[in-house]
Amino acid sequence: MSVKQISVFLENKPGSLKKLTGVLAEHKIDMRAISMVETRDFGIARIVVDDPFTAANILKEEDFISKLNSVLVVEIPDETGGLDKLINIFTEAEVNIEYMYAVSAHRTTKKACMIFRVADTKAAEARLLAKGLKILTQDEVMDI
Amino acid sequence: MKGVLGTMERYYQEEIECAPYEKIRQIQSERLVQQVKRVWDNVPYYRKKMEEKGVTPEDIKSVDDLHKLPFLSKYDLREAYPYGLLGKPLSECVRIHSTSGTTGKRVVAYYTQHDIDLWEDCCARALMAAGATNEDVVQVAYGYGLFTGGAGLHGGSHKVGSLTVPISSGNTDRQIMFAMDLSATILCCTPSYAAYLGERMKELGYGPDDIPLKAGIFGAEAWSEEMRKSIEETLGIKAYDIYGLTELSGPGVAFECSAQSGMHINEDHFIAEIIDPDTEEVLPEGSIGELVFTAVDKEAFPMIRYRTRDICKLTREKCSCGRTHVKMAKPMGRSDDMLIIRGVNVFPSQIETVLLNNGYAANYQIIVDRVNNTDTFDVQVEMTPEMFTDNIGEIEAHQRKLSDDLKAMLGIKAKVSLLAPKSIARSEGKAVRVVDKRKI
Repeated sequence: MSVKQISVFLENKPGSLKKLTGVLAEHKIDMRAISMVETRDFGIARIVVDDPFTAANILKEEDFISKLNSVLVVEIPDETGGLDKLINIFTEAEVNIEYMYAVSAHRTTKKACMIFRVADTKAAEARLLAKGLKILTQDEVMDI
Repeated sequence: MKGVLGTMERYYQEEIECAPYEKIRQIQSERLVQQVKRVWDNVPYYRKKMEEKGVTPEDIKSVDDLHKLPFLSKYDLREAYPYGLLGKPLSECVRIHSTSGTTGKRVVAYYTQHDIDLWEDCCARALMAAGATNEDVVQVAYGYGLFTGGAGLHGGSHKVGSLTVPISSGNTDRQIMFAMDLSATILCCTPSYAAYLGERMKELGYGPDDIPLKAGIFGAEAWSEEMRKSIEETLGIKAYDIYGLTELSGPGVAFECSAQSGMHINEDHFIAEIIDPDTEEVLPEGSIGELVFTAVDKEAFPMIRYRTRDICKLTREKCSCGRTHVKMAKPMGRSDDMLIIRGVNVFPSQIETVLLNNGYAANYQIIVDRVNNTDTFDVQVEMTPEMFTDNIGEIEAHQRKLSDDLKAMLGIKAKVSLLAPKSIARSEGKAVRVVDKRKI
């Protein structure tokens, strides 16, 4: 049930993010979530899109370096301490969270989501499902 | 006291430094004939080269026959590494010095006590030409260790009888404290470090008259007349150039005198030729070409017709200092792609080797600049799909390893930057590997 996220290498200099967003816009790629990390001289843009494989091919043709990775898009329980409860599941399962970022609320359910990159996607997924949490599929990601 | 001294020319070995040209030729001829015989008997690597060229020691009767001998190059040093060019058994060698070398192999030069003595004599000549006496305090701020800079000037200073301060390079404020407290009169270091010291002294509020220094001997990297003027003004000294290379012993192969218009080559030890780097033909005096040296009396590492790759010009015009040895101009460039960064020899091929060993493509650019009188050294590499991961920590660890490996290979630190694919400028389809922005 994991979703493919695309990580794109970017130089840390003016115009390099514009080049990426330009290519995505030109090819009408629908971006559902984005997160940026940066160091002194380079950065990585992590994006979730409607069609990750097509997008990855386009980026390759446009001389970007990118990689597809599995991430879990999980709904946050709509209650106080909801994120805490969610993180606790990873702790109990002893699955290390490499990084995470938030996505805006779901269009129909109005619930917020978190995107997780973890050390063991399968183990985390099983435990989340066992605890009754909602993990979004690639199709459902279209609605966030 | 400044300006009172230094008007009278001093020599360490006046008889030879001011000998008539014929006398120098005679010494060179005698020593060359002996050297070729010794090398023929003791260095199979060079003997083979001579045999291939059809030359025997009997063909070498004087300096006029020098052109018959085969050349040696950096390539030969690599081929013969580490003992192939030894002219004496190791039991008679007392020291080595080394430079960073291409493809992981360093140049290792050997010295007998005789070799050390002649090298230190050369440095003593340079120091006395800069006005040194046994009353002087010589601060040697060249690096000590495998690098020849520190050891050469240190030994020369001993021979002159000056008080030698073996402070080595770095720790600028301590350098200034020693120079002030011990009244150092002569400074030996790279010109960029001298300029940096000057800037720092200015920051600390010291003017040229507060500093006891009267002269400096600066070498191991290229510097311009403008830089000389600036150093002379900031430190209130006369700045002298010195030339040398580890293969031939180290600094002191040639040195500047009070005329400050070219460096006298110590011709009793080193015969200089200028050749066309492409045809290898010897060019007439005054031509611009590649400098080639023959060490006529070095024992352990007897370089014959060693191609320096430095492009320059020789002149035998009468010099106002009284010395008769031929003068070489500052090298104008290189006939290979070697760079000198912070006094260290760097070949692009070394960087290529490190990149390939680290899994990067050999697509890179070296950017050298001079900021605040110090060389900056950036290596930019294009990211490859194979090297890219979603994990920042992993990429940074690779970047650090690359930087560490470059330091291990070159001996100096480079700043490594990762670039987007195809971002390195290409001209006519060929990548520009080196961008040297230094104004020297």
